[in-house]
Amino acid sequence: MTGLLIRGATLLGETREDIRIRGGRIAATGRLTPELDERVIDADGLVALPGLVDLHTHLREPGGEASETVLTGTRAAAAGGFTAVFAMANTSPVADTAGVVEQVHALGLQHGYATVRPIGAVTVGLEGERLSEIGAMARSRASVRVFSDDGRCVHDALLMRRALEYVATFDGVIAQHAQEPRLTEGAQMNEGALSGELGLAGWPAVAEESIIARDVLLAQHTGARLHVCHLSTAGSVEVIRWAKARGIAVTAEVTPHHLLLTEDLARGYDARFKVNPPLRRDDDVRALREALADGTIDIVATDHAPHPAEAKECTWAEAAFGMVGLESAVPVLQTTMIETGMLGWEDLARVMSSAPAAIGRLDGYADPLTEGAPANVTLVDPAARRTWSTDDLRGRSRNTPYTGVELAGTIVATVHGGVATVLDGDLRPADEVVAAWAGLREDARG
Amino acid sequence: MTARIVLHDADITRALRRIAHEVLESRRGDGRLVFLGIPTRGTVLAERIQRIVDEIEPGTSSVGSLDITLYRDDLARTPTRAPAPTRIPDEGIDDAIVVLVDDVLYSGRTVRAALDALADHGRPRAVRLAVLVDRGHRELPIRADFVGKNLPSSMSERVSVRLADVDGVEEVTIEP
Amino acid sequence: MKHLLSTRDLDRATAVSILDIAEDMARTADREVRKLPTLRGKTVVNLFFEDSTRTRLSFESAAKRLSADVITFSAKGSSVSKGESLKDTAQTLQAMGADAIVVRHHGSGAAHLLAHAGWIDAHVLNAGDGTHEHPTQALLDAFTMRQRRYGADSRERDLAGMRVVIVGDVVHSRVARSNVWLLSTLGAEVHLVAPRTLLPSGVETWPVTVHEHLEPALALGPDVVMMLRIQQERMHAAFFPSGREYAREWGLTAERFALLGPDTMVMHPGPMNRGLEISSAAADSSASTVLAQVTNGVFIRMAVLYLLVAGSSEERA
Repeated sequence: MTGLLIRGATLLGETREDIRIRGGRIAATGRLTPELDERVIDADGLVALPGLVDLHTHLREPGGEASETVLTGTRAAAAGGFTAVFAMANTSPVADTAGVVEQVHALGLQHGYATVRPIGAVTVGLEGERLSEIGAMARSRASVRVFSDDGRCVHDALLMRRALEYVATFDGVIAQHAQEPRLTEGAQMNEGALSGELGLAGWPAVAEESIIARDVLLAQHTGARLHVCHLSTAGSVEVIRWAKARGIAVTAEVTPHHLLLTEDLARGYDARFKVNPPLRRDDDVRALREALADGTIDIVATDHAPHPAEAKECTWAEAAFGMVGLESAVPVLQTTMIETGMLGWEDLARVMSSAPAAIGRLDGYADPLTEGAPANVTLVDPAARRTWSTDDLRGRSRNTPYTGVELAGTIVATVHGGVATVLDGDLRPADEVVAAWAGLREDARG
Repeated sequence: MTARIVLHDADITRALRRIAHEVLESRRGDGRLVFLGIPTRGTVLAERIQRIVDEIEPGTSSVGSLDITLYRDDLARTPTRAPAPTRIPDEGIDDAIVVLVDDVLYSGRTVRAALDALADHGRPRAVRLAVLVDRGHRELPIRADFVGKNLPSSMSERVSVRLADVDGVEEVTIEP
Repeated sequence: MKHLLSTRDLDRATAVSILDIAEDMARTADREVRKLPTLRGKTVVNLFFEDSTRTRLSFESAAKRLSADVITFSAKGSSVSKGESLKDTAQTLQAMGADAIVVRHHGSGAAHLLAHAGWIDAHVLNAGDGTHEHPTQALLDAFTMRQRRYGADSRERDLAGMRVVIVGDVVHSRVARSNVWLLSTLGAEVHLVAPRTLLPSGVETWPVTVHEHLEPALALGPDVVMMLRIQQERMHAAFFPSGREYAREWGLTAERFALLGPDTMVMHPGPMNRGLEISSAAADSSASTVLAQVTNGVFIRMAVLYLLVAGSSEERA
């Protein structure tokens, strides 16, 4: 099989077209007749999106292989319709040298389920004291462009200023995990009436908003790019809106879970709902949805954070922060944003593909689904509905917050660089994906 | 199928009066009498019997109640119930003749629990048992000393005692 | 009742019935034989992840008075400190035949988790979880208030018309939380007094009146003044500047104690910091119910163990 023909897909939810994929690229679109050596995918009723890009994924390798590996994480990504993920730096060892980022990058290439772009640590060991070797990581084969101490905040103002300035030298961006550490010592959940009642230490909105306010002013002062990870409060939205109105080069992301879930879920002390930043109030969810719809928030990123069962089967305070989110991202977005009429499929393609690719300086996503573009395609069945369960997960960990929740939409197929990673709603086996990539490379040589 | 009345209010009054007399006759010597009713209806019956005894021989008897909830042997098989109060007369039960009073004697398990409970409160000279109705079907070697009415029944039948102070009407019925 | 996890889930009728059963239990204390056979053959496990000798002894004593077999499992120096999880520990205890687990844990929600995570099916009794709740403490406090107020005539009564002032470190206090819910369910008027640093967020949504200073609250003529334990270390986290300043502003000093009415009760969950939140003049006075609270604790715990463990498991959850 050397080609793929996607028949009758609705491109970005607008026009019905066929898509021919050959040699890793989109060969043609329009009304096409199948050729003998093509595999035909019947996409009647399906929406064709560009391959999705996640700017915020924890793949856990090296060091956290009990939770996830590059292979299992990229399989989860493919199952969720993603063709590229940015792997966070908080591994063990930390991704603060060219060696670590090249290793992670190479593992992604080897398995072929998705492009893996490592994120480099801003500071050595995420310790917030000295800058890591940003230049070496930028110039490595992994060509790192996004730098983040995610999980921790770059809280020292001087260090943050220097990082913004220095990273700009390499056309990079700092992705800030905005959390004032002193205001959140021991913090467990959103600070409010519920945290007071449950006896769990509060994580106040001001701890996020004050850092974002400081950082946008630093970005203005330095003229450097700033990206703010996982906005969670209405106040953060206001700060970003203000900064953008002033022309500050800031971009912002929101996670699917912050668009759907609220702090009330903490009431049962089920640690699957423990996440950082924490789930907030209804008002915050509403503000985040509106900000994503009006462009104040630029992108959706999953903050896919796998943890082994024992890290969640314990008391709330002892449990790890984080949820898995790659497989459920599109269903949550369809449920919260598309079906509410706040976003169209074309907008979804922007916030989940072209915009995150632009922030991360990932080529090949600017003009997708057009002739000559790299063949990164995701097919969504918007009519499907299912009650989410851990059986819907494809990564190594099971810490999804959506068990028992009815979500709309399902990923039917994912094509990464011309190689199908998901067909008929199922992942293709690892050896077939590897073989398909080998075939592509051979064709390119021949 | 309807309930059949086996004792009317007048029959009940007569039965209690007879029991009171029998208790007094059976008391040999000058033993102090303590009537202890098993809640809820046993307590009411104990109070009535003691009132009759007190009219005949004033100041020789006292009355209280003995809750057996915490001593039951079927606790694990029934929904938890709140215990009723236990009231032991100030003089205590040591060396007294205690007359346990209940409405219906059936398996004997309630009386067994009452004997256990009683032992934790002191050491009476003797313990007697008075019941308004004995319907048979004993599961333990226990018998009543004073019986208002022997009422042979089948185990599937239901015997109900209603007393004016508790239920508004006064009757004993049996229904299939 | 399947579990007792918090006082927030208790309705008035259930709360009153627990207090009434505790009255029955108290009655057995002056009998010749104090022990009841009620829980013969049942096993009650005390699972204590935090040191608390007095609470542990109180539960042990309650379970033994009811003839239960008692196993006490202190986490210190055990497999728990070697990294065994709450889940594994609980399942081990269940395998040993525990009918009820009395759990004290430093993590808020630990009791809730044991009851609802599906790991075990024993009854769970919360003996204090983190800064969340300590329901039997609140029940024994309510019992003590009712008994002081109504004496032998306590049965079936609630606390309607009583004014209770709770003073101190509310934010870190599971005793305060449990008391706020229970006392207001029982009809009492609850006042909280603390500097804002020691009040929980969202306290304005609680069924209480909040005061920042002690005098105005004492001027209301409360029936009960409950002093919470202050942990000296809190001053290092900037909750208040020093023990001396705390005592001066929010302590029940001898002078403030002298302002109270003759029938006002002074309560403290213990252990007390004399000279900090409470003066010896107050602690040692006849107004103090501190020792009655200890005695009543056993009766309340007997009542709760009876309600949880004695009945069949098929009843309402």
